[in-house]
Amino acid sequence: MSKKITIDPVTRVEGHGKVTIYLDEDNNVKESRLHIVEFRGFERFIQGRPYWEAPVLVQRLCGICPVSHHLAAAKAIDVIVGAGTGDGLTPTADKMRRLMHYGQIFQSHVLHFFHLASPDLLFGLDAVPEIRNIIGIAKENKHLAVMGIMMRKYGQEIIKATSGKKIHGTGAIPGGINKHLTITERDSFLNGKEGQNIDQMIAWSIEALDFLKEYHKNNKSFIDTFASFPSNHLSIVRDDGAMDLYHGKIRAVDTNGKVVINGIDYQNYTDIIVEGVKKWTYMKFPYLKDLGKEKGWYRVGPLARMNTCDFIPSELAQKEFEVFKHYTKGKPNNSTMHYHWARLIEVLHAAEMMKELLNDPDILTGELVIKGKKQYEGVGVIEAPRGTLFHHYKIDNNDQITMANLIVSTTNNNDPMNMAVNAAAKEMMNGQAQITEPMMNAVEVAIRAYDPCLSCATHALGQMPLELTLKDINNNIIDKKRT
Amino acid sequence: MNKNITFTIDGKKCIAKQDQNIVEAAEDNGIYIPTLCHLKGIIPSGSCRICNIKSNGRFMTACTTKVQEGMVIENNTEEIDELRKIIIETLFVSGNHYCPSCEKSGNCILQALAYKHRIMIPRFAYTFEVKQVDATSPKIYLERNRCVLCKRCVRSIKTKDNKNYFAIEGRGYTSQIILDKKLALNMSDEEAQIAMKNCPVGCILKKEKGYIEAIGTRKYDKIEIGTEIEIEA
Repeated sequence: MSKKITIDPVTRVEGHGKVTIYLDEDNNVKESRLHIVEFRGFERFIQGRPYWEAPVLVQRLCGICPVSHHLAAAKAIDVIVGAGTGDGLTPTADKMRRLMHYGQIFQSHVLHFFHLASPDLLFGLDAVPEIRNIIGIAKENKHLAVMGIMMRKYGQEIIKATSGKKIHGTGAIPGGINKHLTITERDSFLNGKEGQNIDQMIAWSIEALDFLKEYHKNNKSFIDTFASFPSNHLSIVRDDGAMDLYHGKIRAVDTNGKVVINGIDYQNYTDIIVEGVKKWTYMKFPYLKDLGKEKGWYRVGPLARMNTCDFIPSELAQKEFEVFKHYTKGKPNNSTMHYHWARLIEVLHAAEMMKELLNDPDILTGELVIKGKKQYEGVGVIEAPRGTLFHHYKIDNNDQITMANLIVSTTNNNDPMNMAVNAAAKEMMNGQAQITEPMMNAVEVAIRAYDPCLSCATHALGQMPLELTLKDINNNIIDKKRT
Repeated sequence: MNKNITFTIDGKKCIAKQDQNIVEAAEDNGIYIPTLCHLKGIIPSGSCRICNIKSNGRFMTACTTKVQEGMVIENNTEEIDELRKIIIETLFVSGNHYCPSCEKSGNCILQALAYKHRIMIPRFAYTFEVKQVDATSPKIYLERNRCVLCKRCVRSIKTKDNKNYFAIEGRGYTSQIILDKKLALNMSDEEAQIAMKNCPVGCILKKEKGYIEAIGTRKYDKIEIGTEIEIEA
């Protein structure tokens, strides 16, 4: 008799999610599905709102990476106010926005690695939930926990200084930015005491990378093979092939590293990307039009970005990038757990970029906003911490938004996350009749590697949100556990 | 002959000019009486009732009442504070006010009053009325979800030949603010900007610009509403 295991809910950040794992008569995994079961409706209720409100309103769909939505929407609205497609802003506006973005990348990646992922690495998949959290980290390795908290604080302060608030600021406005950085703020970020300065951030970024590389050395098999599978990879890159998390053109490579999409202006993203739908989830399934639904799905995020870019334009991160590329002999890296490695290289890159921007006088003075001839449609794309993020708006003659389409990073990673869940389930659950704590956590670890918004709550203190239910074919509950 | 008037507010001796209303007389003496529909320089209407004070055992609106010799005014009492809170809460529940994404946030008098009166959540049920926005004029986006029908725009924004740009349409429950479509075609940027500024909430928005003031620099980011009156005294 075939059975069904349900993990419900997996999270509560981008709405609630659950995982269903279908077992055959011999308790072998047949299929796994990650469902997003809550409808948000942002694309609908933004209709009728004035276009200049989009960057502030739409960012409310997320509390973890609102800056990414704020900036992607602002970039789309830049097009509408005739300020160009991402590269037409004043130097001050461009650099302030970049500083905001790198602050966001830095704090979000740090939050994920130290608060959410590191407990798995430090304590193992089978550790009891009571210690598998940031408090457990603080007891076991105080320095690591302090480092994580202080690094995140730094990124959050950068966001506050550039957007007005740590969460849901208003800094990016159509055609530019609404403030400069003050000299006091700049000096504090460059030379602040008690670990709150940029050189300390760079040093700690390297230390975090060393921690992960050491763990990798001792757990090669797990890190290299767990929940891994071949895939396409997609991101934006700069015209010269450099990693650029704020602006660039779309590039995609296939599982062998062959460039299948290159130099595509994201204003034309609908020419290359199609969004598929399935009945059992509210989350769509984007794929590359040319490769079709079956073969065209792709990964986004830190791992994908390492596979699509030619180099990283900051000295220390480039050295780490070379080590990363050398590990797979220049071929695309398809190891799911290597997302963590790639993410920490980006942490270092973000720190270096922040230092460069903080030393740039343009952030202290200069024109804040430009405008040109009004357009009625605009697309904004940015590399959010979790991957490529698309915002697309159309407006009417009354300046009201008539259409909005958002493809968020987690949506881009929908197929890969389902693949990862399936791979983890097969590895841990094949032939098992009962749900165990390590089994449940293994599924979470596979999802967590992608750092979807779904992962945010999985190491929450107090009541854990993950629930697994084992059902027979008639929907009768055989076993039920909460982590 | 101009003669000064003496009176008290909460026991404090005050001096006012003749014909001054209580709100402005209080302000001259460093005392803040909360207002919403009142706008200096235009004829007060007393419609929002937030400036309610008590004198001789009776409630009255401070913006429409002229100060009298020997008046004994109660302003900062538990009873009046509670009355004002109730009024503010009813304004919140009868509109659709979403401060987090509103561009008037930080400059909004209704929001500032709610903070001043420590309102965390209204005690009354939200009505969630369906209100239509009007974006058809070239300069103004009329966001009726936030309108408190104070009529500040009706009273203060006029054409050069003294015609009203704004008016109230309908009666009672169905009242709504409207903008004269023909006159609005010739509204200047400056007039639109003043209309937005005079609106105490985020109902009148000047088109194509938003969130220009950075968080931290907005009027009520730095000090609580009314504090500037008390400080200046």
